[in-house]
Amino acid sequence: MIMGHFNSWVVIILMMIGLYIVIAQGNLIKKLVGLTLFQTSVFIFYISMANVDGATAPILAQGITSYSNPLPHALILTAIVVGIATTAVGLALVVRIKAAYGSIEEDEIDAIDKQEG
Amino acid sequence: MNIVLLTFLLIVAIAIIRTRDLFAVTMLLSIYGLLSASFFVTLDAVDVAFTEAAVGAGISGLLMLVAISITGRKEQSAKRKPFIALLVVSLTTLLLFYGISDMPYFGATDAPIHNHVAPRYIQDSMGEVGIPNIVTSVLATYRAFDTFGEVVVIFTAGIGVFALLSSSNAHSQAKNIIPDQNSMDKRHLVIRIVTKILFPFILLFALYVQFHGDFGPGGGFQAGVVFAAAVILYAMLFGMKEATKVFSQSLVQVVAAIGVLLYASVGVATLLLGGDFFDYNSLASDPIAGQHIGILVIELGVGCTVAAVMMIIFFSFNDLQEQPKADNNKEPEL
Repeated sequence: MIMGHFNSWVVIILMMIGLYIVIAQGNLIKKLVGLTLFQTSVFIFYISMANVDGATAPILAQGITSYSNPLPHALILTAIVVGIATTAVGLALVVRIKAAYGSIEEDEIDAIDKQEG
Repeated sequence: MNIVLLTFLLIVAIAIIRTRDLFAVTMLLSIYGLLSASFFVTLDAVDVAFTEAAVGAGISGLLMLVAISITGRKEQSAKRKPFIALLVVSLTTLLLFYGISDMPYFGATDAPIHNHVAPRYIQDSMGEVGIPNIVTSVLATYRAFDTFGEVVVIFTAGIGVFALLSSSNAHSQAKNIIPDQNSMDKRHLVIRIVTKILFPFILLFALYVQFHGDFGPGGGFQAGVVFAAAVILYAMLFGMKEATKVFSQSLVQVVAAIGVLLYASVGVATLLLGGDFFDYNSLASDPIAGQHIGILVIELGVGCTVAAVMMIIFFSFNDLQEQPKADNNKEPEL
């Protein structure tokens, strides 16, 4: 069972890749991409937890007794759509920042703020 | 199988860090969405896979592309030192690895998550709700209140994007933006013809997904996203003018609000008929029939809101993008 935690390991690495992009890269759209990666890793984590060995999709059918756990599926299904809606709000903010500052690079926006303040 | 897919996901994620061209990053993100959708299929989460395929590989890529066409596709090379970021990230990684060592193994049948609530959903949902797709039962009946909250969040996000992008302030500031000349109008003959052929079938498929969600994978969330994707595709290829002939901004806004109200009105109706909030049993004399009516109506509300909000978001971005273009065209005449 050495591979028993493989999914969780990948989830952690994906999540940290997302976090790294959010912290280390200055472009605001790239940061949103990082957040999306982070978010998707959580989805993968939940769906991995819902999995049961030898089970099938949670749609009731005759002759099948073992189903995956439907609760995480219902939670993540809605979370995906909410996720894209909130990402769109983020993109709208980025577009407004571009309109106001003429740039979406964090360093340049900081520099412009310092000049004005 | 899922080990291969997870490895691909890792490779794509690392490629996203290293890529500086935001257009390529968007494409990689779409690939990432498609891979994770395939991964969800292998883990028996068909409903989730459906949603992720429509959202992750479809809509999110489109929205990113529109945003990039406004803000520019080049990312500057990072001058900052990433050492602090690396330190934070590796420290968190270590803590998380320590944290998961106590987790039950992947696929374990006796994991704590499978011992509470889930057995009841699997055993009793057929008798209590009467539809085969357990995910829809959980979403629309057992957790109807939670889903209502999600729909309101989506609606609010739609209003947020609309408010941010369509205020007169946004349009006056938008003159700073020099859009890339990337309109697809009048070019790409093959794509236009294929889209024209596929468009009605995509809409039909969305409706099928909407009303077949009780029996197979599907439901309001997926249907809304698929429907919106079809309209957005049409708008991208044939221009906003053509698309807004049918789906005008004001109509779409009304539909978004009606969806939420439809959902809420089911709750109010159950209260008035003497049940609890979202207790569909009181909607008809037979509890199962009541459940069917309730689920049908709230899924319709979800579908309307999701589709309309996705369209509002896209139209708002597109309006802002076309505004400066129109201004630039006028200038030579002056």
